[in-house]
Amino acid sequence: MASLFQRRRSKATQVERVRERQHEGFLRYAGFRWAKISGGLCLLIIISYALVDVTPRHNGGSWYGYTLGTIGALLILWLTALGYRKRRMTNDYWSLKAWTSAHVYLGLSLIVIGTWHTGFQLGWNVHTLAWALMMLVILSGLYGVIVYATLPAALSNNREQMTQMQMLEAIRAFDRQLHNAAQPLTATDSAAVLASLDQDPFAGGAWARLRGRYPNCATAAARVALAASQSSNADARAKVAQLLLQKEAALARLREHLRLRALLEIWLYVHVPLTFALIAALSAHIISVFFYW
Amino acid sequence: MSEPVPPDRVKVAIIGSGPAGLSAASRAGQLGLSHVLLEKTDHLSDTIFKYQKGKRVLATPERLDLRSDCRFAEGAREYILGNWDEDAANNKVNVAYHADVAEVTGEKGAFAIKTAKGDVFHAENIVLAIGTQGNPNRMRCEGADLPHIIYQVDDPEDFKDKHITVVGSGDAGIENALGVAEEALENTVTILNRSKDFARAKAKNVSDMMEAGENGLMSIRTETQPKKVEPGWLTLDTPDGEERIPCDVIVARLGSVAPRAFVESMGIEFTGPDREAFPKLSPTFESTVPGIFVIGALAGYPLIKHCMNQGYDVVEFINGNTALTPADEKDLAAIFAGLPQQKSVSDWLDYLRERVSIFADVSPLQMREFMLDSKVAYYRKGEVVFEKGEPGSSLFAIADGFAEVEVAPGVTVPIEQGSIFGEVGLISGRKRGATIRAGADSIFVEVSRTAALKLMAAVPGAKRAINRISLERQLLQIFKGGLTVEDLAPVVETAEVERVSAGKVVLTEGEQGDDVYVIRSGSMVVEKDIGGKSIFLRYLPAGSFFGEMGVLSGQPRNATVKAAVGSEVIRLTGDSFRKMLAARPQVREATEAAVAERAAMNGFIESRKASYSSAVDLYSDTASFIMKEGLGEATDALLIDENLCVGCDNCEKACADSHEGLSRLDREAGKTFAHLHVPTSCRHCEHPHCMADCPPNVIHRGPDGEVFMEPGCIGCGNCMRNCPYGVIRMEAAPPPKPGLLSWLLLGKGPGPGEPSPKWTKKQLGDEKPKKIAVKCDMCKGIAGGPACVRACPTGAAIRVSPEEFLSIARLDEATD
Repeated sequence: MASLFQRRRSKATQVERVRERQHEGFLRYAGFRWAKISGGLCLLIIISYALVDVTPRHNGGSWYGYTLGTIGALLILWLTALGYRKRRMTNDYWSLKAWTSAHVYLGLSLIVIGTWHTGFQLGWNVHTLAWALMMLVILSGLYGVIVYATLPAALSNNREQMTQMQMLEAIRAFDRQLHNAAQPLTATDSAAVLASLDQDPFAGGAWARLRGRYPNCATAAARVALAASQSSNADARAKVAQLLLQKEAALARLREHLRLRALLEIWLYVHVPLTFALIAALSAHIISVFFYW
Repeated sequence: MSEPVPPDRVKVAIIGSGPAGLSAASRAGQLGLSHVLLEKTDHLSDTIFKYQKGKRVLATPERLDLRSDCRFAEGAREYILGNWDEDAANNKVNVAYHADVAEVTGEKGAFAIKTAKGDVFHAENIVLAIGTQGNPNRMRCEGADLPHIIYQVDDPEDFKDKHITVVGSGDAGIENALGVAEEALENTVTILNRSKDFARAKAKNVSDMMEAGENGLMSIRTETQPKKVEPGWLTLDTPDGEERIPCDVIVARLGSVAPRAFVESMGIEFTGPDREAFPKLSPTFESTVPGIFVIGALAGYPLIKHCMNQGYDVVEFINGNTALTPADEKDLAAIFAGLPQQKSVSDWLDYLRERVSIFADVSPLQMREFMLDSKVAYYRKGEVVFEKGEPGSSLFAIADGFAEVEVAPGVTVPIEQGSIFGEVGLISGRKRGATIRAGADSIFVEVSRTAALKLMAAVPGAKRAINRISLERQLLQIFKGGLTVEDLAPVVETAEVERVSAGKVVLTEGEQGDDVYVIRSGSMVVEKDIGGKSIFLRYLPAGSFFGEMGVLSGQPRNATVKAAVGSEVIRLTGDSFRKMLAARPQVREATEAAVAERAAMNGFIESRKASYSSAVDLYSDTASFIMKEGLGEATDALLIDENLCVGCDNCEKACADSHEGLSRLDREAGKTFAHLHVPTSCRHCEHPHCMADCPPNVIHRGPDGEVFMEPGCIGCGNCMRNCPYGVIRMEAAPPPKPGLLSWLLLGKGPGPGEPSPKWTKKQLGDEKPKKIAVKCDMCKGIAGGPACVRACPTGAAIRVSPEEFLSIARLDEATD
C-alpha cells in the first residue's frame, strides 16, 4: 500500500542506504579505508619527524611534540567514545562497523602518534606511565582484533545451530533421564550419578572456563566409577553409563561454547579498565605539563 | 390462516447473548419491542465470560463510533461484563437462560425455535448472533459441571505449581498441555488420550509432546479416560483399573461443533464452500431466508464494536426504520470528501458499482466494507499515481478518466475507465513494475490488499476479471511494449494457471517440451546437472518467465526449474507463443536477446565449475540452503555471517532499544549452513502469512516494503500462529527504563537491550499489561535504517533480498 498513506518519497530510501549485498567484515570495511587513512597518517608522522628540525632535539614539549600530543589525546577520547556509541541507539544514520573499523586502525596508529610524541624519551614518571598504559590498551585491543577475526567460525562450528539455552536444556534433559535410569542402581553407584546431577554445569571458575578443562567434572568421574563398578544390575548400569556419555558430550559442547565466548570477551575486562586508567594518567600527564610550563 | 397465533409470539428472537445479541436485545428493549434473548448458558456473553480473570478487552477500531444501548470501552473483562449486566437490566432485556437452540422451523412471521431442553419459542423474526466459536464438547463423566474444568487456556503463565490434567489429545489439547508444562511454571501435567495413538494431531505436536514426556515434563496416559471429577482429585479409568490422581485444574479440549451446519440447517446460504465463506446477506443483514438476520462474527465481523453496532442497526431495520444509515456512514463520507463532485455516500457507492467492472457484482453491504479499507482520490492529468520499483500491493480501479502506463521510457499505454491497475503488485507481492500517471483528470479508487483479496474471494466475477487483466499486463511488461492486448488474445485464451507446491519440479532438464511459463506468485530456482551434481544457476522471482529457450530452439530443456516456495505459474502453450512471436518480430528479437543473456550466464557458471569446482559447489549449496529456509518468499531477510559474528547480541539490544524495549529478533536461534546463519527474524514475505487472518486488520506493507503492525492489535495471536518462521512474539512492552548515561555512570536500570523479565516484573508489581503481537517493522520511520544492521560491530549482519544475495557477483567473488 505504497500510496495509501504516503504519496511522495525520495528514490533512495533510508533502507537502501544501509543495504549491502554481501557480508564485509569490519577489517575490510570500505576497501580498507581506515587502514589506508591510518597508515598514511603514520607515514606522514614518521617522515615529517625526520624532516622537521626541532632544537635542541625532538621531545614532547616542542611545537611538533605538542601537535602530536594533542592529536593523540583527542584520538584517545574519541576512541573511548566507541563504548558509548555502541550502546546509544540514536535514529540517525551511522554504522557501528565503520566505527569499529576506524577504532581499530586509528587505535593502532596511536603507537606511532604516541611514541613519536615522546621523542623516544622514556623514564620512570607519570608521562611514561601514560604511554605505557596506552601501549597496554593497544596490545589488549590487538588481542581483541585477533580473536574477533579467528574465533567466530569456531564458535559457529561448535554450536551446530544450537542456542546456549538449548545446550543447557539438553543437559537438563539428560539429568532428568539419568535421575530415572539411576533408580535401580546400588547406593554407591547412584551416589556418583547424583554427584553429576548436583554439579552446576558452570562450576569450575574463570580459569577452567577459559581453558575448557574441568578436572573435577562429576559426570566424567561418575562414568569412570560406573565402568569400574560391579555392584548394580549390569543392564541398568549400561543404560546409565550410556546417558553419562551423552551428557559428557553435551557438557563438552557447552564448555567449548563458554570457553570461546569467554575468550571473545575476556580482553574487554582488561581493555576497558586500562582505558580509564590511561585517561586518568593522561590527565595527570597533561596537567603536570602545564603546571611545569 | 386458520392457525392460532401463539400468545407468547415475540416480534424478534435473538439467539446468542454476546456483544451483538445483547446490543440487539437492548435496542429491542428500548424500543419496547416484544423480544426474547436466548442464551445457552446461565450468564450473558459466554465467550468473554470465559476469558481469564482480569484480561483486558480492547475497543478497536478507534475510528468507529459505538452505537448501542450498552456501554463499551477498553477495560478488564469484569468491568465490561459488569457494565453489560447492568445495561441489560436497565434496558429491560428479556433473557431466557439455558436456552440452547436445537432447531428452527417456520417462516417469516411465524418461526418456532426449539431448545435442547424442549422449550419452544415463537417469533416473527430471528436475529442470529451466535458467533463462530461453536459449542465446545463438554465432559460427560460424574462431576463434569465443576468450575475447575476449563475449556480454553488463554495464558499458560496463569498456572503455576498446579496439578493439571488435559483431557483430549487433538492439537488444541497437546498445545495447551505443552504450554502449561513449561519447566519454569513447575506444574505437574498429565494428558489423557482415549485411544492408543494420537491420530488426530499434527505430527509435529505429537513429537513435541513425546519429547516432553521423555524429558519428564508431562505424563502421557493413553487408553485412559476421566471417570469422576472431584475438587482437587480426578479418578481415571485406565487399562489397569481405576486410579485417583491429584488434580487442581482440568483442561478439556474435546473439539467443538462448528456453527455452520446449524446455520445451513435453517436454509441459510453461504457465499461459498470454503472455510472463509460467510452467510449471504442483504444491506439490512437479512439472510437468504426472509425473517432471519445474521450479525456479528458469524456475519464476518469479529470485532466487538462492529457487533454491537450491528445489533442496534438490525433491530432498527426490523422495526421498520429504513432511513437509518450505518454507523460507518461518517467514515465513508470522509473517504469521499476530497472529490470534486458532491454526492451522498450511497450515490457514490452506486456510481462506483456502475462504472468499475470489478465492482459490478458486489452487494451494497460488501461495497461499504471494501470502501472502508480503500481510498478514493482525484488526480490531475499527468500526476504520478505510483512509480516503478515502489513497493505496494494495493489495487487501483479507474472510476473516471484514464491512466497511462509507462511500459518503456517514453512509451505509454492507456488503461481505460472501468478497468484496474496495480494488480501485479497485489498478486505477486512484488514491487511496482511500471510508473502510472493519470491520463486525464481522473478519479481512482485504491483498494487495500486485504480488501482486494476479500473481494476476490467473495465475488467470483471480480476474481476472473482481475486474473485475466493481470496475465495480460504481466505479458505486456515482460515483452516491453512491442505487443498489444490483441496480440496476446490467443496466448491468454490457452493460458492456464497452475499451483506448484514448494520443491515441485516444473521443468525437467533433458525433457522435450515447448510450453512457456510465467511466474504469477512465489519464486523458482533453476538448476543444472553439471558433472553429476545439481548446480544452482538462478533464482527467478515472481514476474519472470522461463521455458522460452525450448520454444525458440526446439531443443530439450537445458535446465531443471522447481518451485522455491508454494507458487503459481501461468502455462502458455508453445504453439500460441510461437504464433505471437511470428506476428511480432521485434518481440522475437527481445526474447532471443534474453535467451542469449541467460545462456551466457549458464556458460559462465559451467566454465567456473570446471576450474573452481568447490567454490561453485559452495555457492550452489548455499543457495539451496537459503531456499530451504523459506527465503524464496522473502523480500528482505537478516543474514548473519558467522565468520564475523562474535555473539555480542548488540543487534538484539539495538532492536529492543530502537523500539519499545522488546527485541524482534533472536540472533542465536535458526539454521546455519557454511557459517551463513538465518536468525529468527522477519523476512517481510511477498505474501505475508501473518496478514492472512488479522481481525482488526492492522498488519500492512509500508512504503519500503516492510510488513508492519499499526496500533490496534487485539492480542489474538493469529499472526503469531500463522507465521511459519516463528518471528512474531506475543509480549507486553516493558516499562520505560532509565537513560543510558544513568546506567553507564550510576548503574541505574537494566542497561541496554531488552530488560530481563525479572526486572520488568519488579517494576510492574501486580499489574499485568495486555500482551500484543510484536514483530520487526524494518525500523520503519527510523532515518538511519534497520538498527540490527547499523549496530553490528563486525559487519556480520546484513539485510538482503534473496536475489540480491544470490547474485552472480557472489560467485564471481568466490572464484576470483
